[in-house]
Parts: sequence; structure tokens; C-alpha cells
Amino acid sequence: MDFLNSMRYPSPQLSKRYWLFILVGVLCLAPWVCVFTGGNYWVRVLDFALLYVFLALGLNIVVGFAGLLDLGYIAFYAVGAYVAGLLASPHLANSFSTISAIFPGGVHTSYWIILPIAALVAAFFGILLGAPTLKLRGDYLAIVTLGFGEIIRIFLNNLDRPLNITNGPKGINNIDAITIGSFSFGKSFQLWGVTIPSVIFYYYLFLILVIAVMIVSLRIQDSRIGRAWVAIREDEIAAQAMGLNTRNLKLLAFAIGASFGGISGALFASFQGFISPESFSLSESIIVLAMVVLGGMGHIPGVILGAILLAAFPEFLRATLEPLQRLLFGQVLLDSEIIRQLLYGTALILVVRYKPKGLWPKVH
Amino acid sequence: MAKSALSMNSETPLLRIRGVVKRFGGLRALEQAHLEVMRGQIVGLIGPNGAGKTTFFNVMTGLYTPDGGVFELAGQTYNPGVVDQVVHAGIARTFQNIRLFKEMTALENVMIGRHIRTKAGFWAAAFHTRAERAEEKAISVDAERLLQYVGIAKEAGQLAKNLSYGDQRRLEIARALATSPKLLALDEPAAGMNQTEKRELQVLLERIRQDGTSILMIEHDVGLVMGLCDVITVLDNGRVIATGAPEDVRRNPLVITAYLGSVG
Repeated sequence: MDFLNSMRYPSPQLSKRYWLFILVGVLCLAPWVCVFTGGNYWVRVLDFALLYVFLALGLNIVVGFAGLLDLGYIAFYAVGAYVAGLLASPHLANSFSTISAIFPGGVHTSYWIILPIAALVAAFFGILLGAPTLKLRGDYLAIVTLGFGEIIRIFLNNLDRPLNITNGPKGINNIDAITIGSFSFGKSFQLWGVTIPSVIFYYYLFLILVIAVMIVSLRIQDSRIGRAWVAIREDEIAAQAMGLNTRNLKLLAFAIGASFGGISGALFASFQGFISPESFSLSESIIVLAMVVLGGMGHIPGVILGAILLAAFPEFLRATLEPLQRLLFGQVLLDSEIIRQLLYGTALILVVRYKPKGLWPKVH
Repeated sequence: MAKSALSMNSETPLLRIRGVVKRFGGLRALEQAHLEVMRGQIVGLIGPNGAGKTTFFNVMTGLYTPDGGVFELAGQTYNPGVVDQVVHAGIARTFQNIRLFKEMTALENVMIGRHIRTKAGFWAAAFHTRAERAEEKAISVDAERLLQYVGIAKEAGQLAKNLSYGDQRRLEIARALATSPKLLALDEPAAGMNQTEKRELQVLLERIRQDGTSILMIEHDVGLVMGLCDVITVLDNGRVIATGAPEDVRRNPLVITAYLGSVG
């Protein structure tokens, strides 16, 4: 009898652990399923989805926790990517003779140094954005942050003259892959006759880092600092009257959110091997914000869901709609990119109308 | 010796504010306003509408920057220009129109009050250090105790916005008490309460005073003010027109004129 009951009503503790096992299993096997069904392309899609989760978790700190609407978040991603691009490619040595004298083969810093530097530089830019905007909220803050994002992109686009620092619109090429010792994530690897593609190594690396960032986010959420951010979001005057130093807390939110963006940017640079200002347009900022809003602002599982949905969605459309159109009409009438934007808009309107707190909001 | 120390203490006022000036453009909202609260007292700040009571509160607690004045708490001057310093010094306030953190639970609201008396930062939380866990535990134990103290322990898990009006007022008091204040400043704590709630509030405020926190309150309810306050200060047009025991203030002709106008 007891046994039957325990089967029918597993204790919540048990079922939670059970789901965790399934989740871990799925996450570990996912890239292999992709390799065998659709090839490396789909593993790349997974890798990018993980990068977006990383970004969305960072933006969630600023927008979801502290309630500071940031429309220029992709700037920090750009800063991180360019830190990696400059410190781990031949570019600087090619354009400056003094640097090429010191580093004849180009600057090739280890990523284990680049990642903290990217985080720090991005955090610095986060404070640079936060400091003048401390008294702004809502729409006004959104406009300033939007401008900030564009300023960074335009700088990157134009800093090839008089000194060629960013190589302008041509971007930076030949960025090093991440290495651990002599093992490079950028090359495929032979193991017992099976070729393990580079994208799979990146998948596991990104997965581990995303899990780490998720754990940090969850801990911050339930900490003294996280609570204080939410209090500022709810009522800034009351938060001040409770003795919260809202200035420092807001700057901290900007800095930490930005440093998450910076790290993911450096990962992106090493993964792609190439960066250019084009990758950091306003629409990218909006996509990351849409992930946070669609999933459920301030709710970490929701934000992760939103990021995965919106990152995988266009690829799903590309894979289904074009063959479908060929089948029906014999040709591709509407580019999947156009349909994607149409559906993006529709999805956001529907979410705002029917689930204003997102698909998976926090429940009390 | 002990006795003389005690009497010394009772002679220096807990709160002493002198010469407060606050102007909004051409409007002189406060003109040389002054106020004293002795240890263990409940002081009432009253006055007709627009007298400057809430302005005085906002200046005193740092939400407005004063154009002049000397502010002392427990013999030490504090700078009301920096809001969080006011709370550090030991003044905690509530608001006339309740300002809770609506989407946070009652417990979390009180936990925010503990913020300035605790110190775990980002790294401590990220690494979940032993000290951080112990501090979090202490914060939530303190917060639960305070909810119990004001009588809303069973609402701990409710969102603040879902509490009844009276409970929201109590929650605001609990949140203010969580900052371990020397002085509790209440802006119309009984506004909108029914008779039963007012009586319960009176009991609660008496108890807070007995447990060692002095109270300064703005209040319109005559019964509550007369029943609770040791001293009443009356503001009119930004000036203090009377200070004294409730009975004296009630008979003061200046006060009567301020409220009712003069004859002829």
C-alpha cells in the first residue's frame, strides 16, 4: 500500500532530484543528438543559445532585479568581445610596430587572464554608464542606455583612424581559440576513432559557465544585495528611507550585469574567431531584453527559458519554413528572416497582452 | 553614580533640531522650526493642514535638503543631506501614504530594514560563505521576531500589497524597527484606521516606547495624540507656535486660533 502510494505520489524532494537527473542527462547528450541528426550546425545553434542565456542572465540583474531598463546592454558584450579580440589576435601587432617588436607573432594572452580582464573592463563601462544616469528611471533611462549602446558601436566602427585600434568595420580576424594547456577548443579531436568537433567542446565549456552564472544569480537573488535591488525597483524613496545606499547599489547592479556581458562577449570572440561592430547592433540589445521580458523579468528559470526560446526560434523557422514553402509552392516566397521578425513581434504582443509577467513568472 | 549617569542621559535630548528653514521657491515651508524629543518620550507633531509637518519630517529624515538648521541625535550632529546617514544615526520613519515594497513578502520587507545593520556583499553571496549564511539566517530570524512583535507573524509569506490596510501600517512600523532605531518617526500612523485598529496601535506604540525606542509622530487623531503623547509640538505656517503637555497645548489660545481661526 505504502509502496503504491509512494509510486503515485512521489515525495516532492525525490521528484525534484529525479527531474534534475533527467535535465543533466538531456543537457549532456543534447549536442551529440544534434551531431548525429543535423551535424555541427545545430551544435553551433546550441552554443549560441547558451551565450544568449549568459547574456540574458546578466541583463536580468540590471533589468529584472534592480529595475533599471537597459536598452544598450549589447555594448558590454561588445566591450568583452573586443578585449578578447585585441588581446588574443595578431591585429594589434599588425597595426603597431612597437607592439609587434614586443610580440612578433601578435598578442596571444591566455583566456584565463582575458576573461577576468573582460569582466573588469565591462564593469568599468557599466559604472561609466550608470554614474550619470543614477537619477533616471524608466523611459528616460532606456533612451540614455540606448544611446550608450550606439556610441560604443560607432566608436568600434570608427576607431581604425588615426590609429588602427579596432580595425573599423572590417573587424578583427584570427582571434585565438580558448586553450587549456596544449588542448585547444578550436580544433576537433580524435578519440577512439570518433571525431569530436570543436563546437562540442565549446558547448560543454559554455554549459559549465552558464551553470556557474546561474548559481551566482540564484544566490545573489536571495542575498542581502539582491533583496536591496528589488527594494529599489519597488520603491526607491522607501529604499533610501530604510538606509539603503541606492547610488552604490545601482552602480553595483550596472557593474555586475555588465561584467556578465563582458565575459560572454570574450567567449563569443574566441568561439567565432572573428568580430566586427555589426554583431553588436541595437537589435541585439532588444533581442536580449526580449528574452528577459518574454521569459519573466527577475525570475531566473523564466529568463533562461526566454533566452533558449528566442535563440532557437529563428533556427527552427529556417529549418522548417523554407522546406515547407518549397514543398507547397516549389520556391521560397518569404525569407525566414522576414517571417521571424513578424512572429517575434506577434509573440511579444501576445505575451504582453496575455502574460504580462512573462511566460514563466515568479510565483509566491 | 549610576543614578547621576541616568539623570544626565535624561537631560540631553535624544533628538534636538533647531532653526530649520526650508523654502520651495518663494514659499517658506519651514521658518526656524525646532523640536526636541527626550529619551523614552512619545512626542506628537500636530498642526493644521499645510502647516509643514510632513515637510519637517522629510527634512529631518533626509528626503528634502534643508536650507538651514542644526540636527542632533543623541548629542551628535547628523547630516540629513545624506538619507542613509539618517538611518545609520538612528532615525527610522514610516510614510503618510504607505510605501511598502509591494511585490515583496512581508518578511522580505522587514529583512530590508536589517540591511544597514548587516554587511554581506556580492562576493560573500556569490560564494555563499559561512558568514553570509549565518548573517542571512540572523536577518530572517530578526525579521520574523519583529513581525511577531507587531502582531502580523502569520502574514510573513504574503506579498505586502495583499495585506489589509491596518496590517500594512504595522508592517511599515516593523520594517522601520528593523533598522534598530533610537527614534521612530511615524507620519500619521492611524490614518484610515477604524477604532479597534487605533486602540491596537496605541497599545503597540506604548509597548515600543517601553522597550526603549522613543517616538515622534504626526497625527490628526485627537484621542490618540492626547492619550499617547508626553509632549506636543504645534506647527503653523512653518513655525512652532506651542510646545508642552497635551492639556496645556489644548488650552493654548494660539493653537485654538491656528485651528479654528480668531473671532473678529
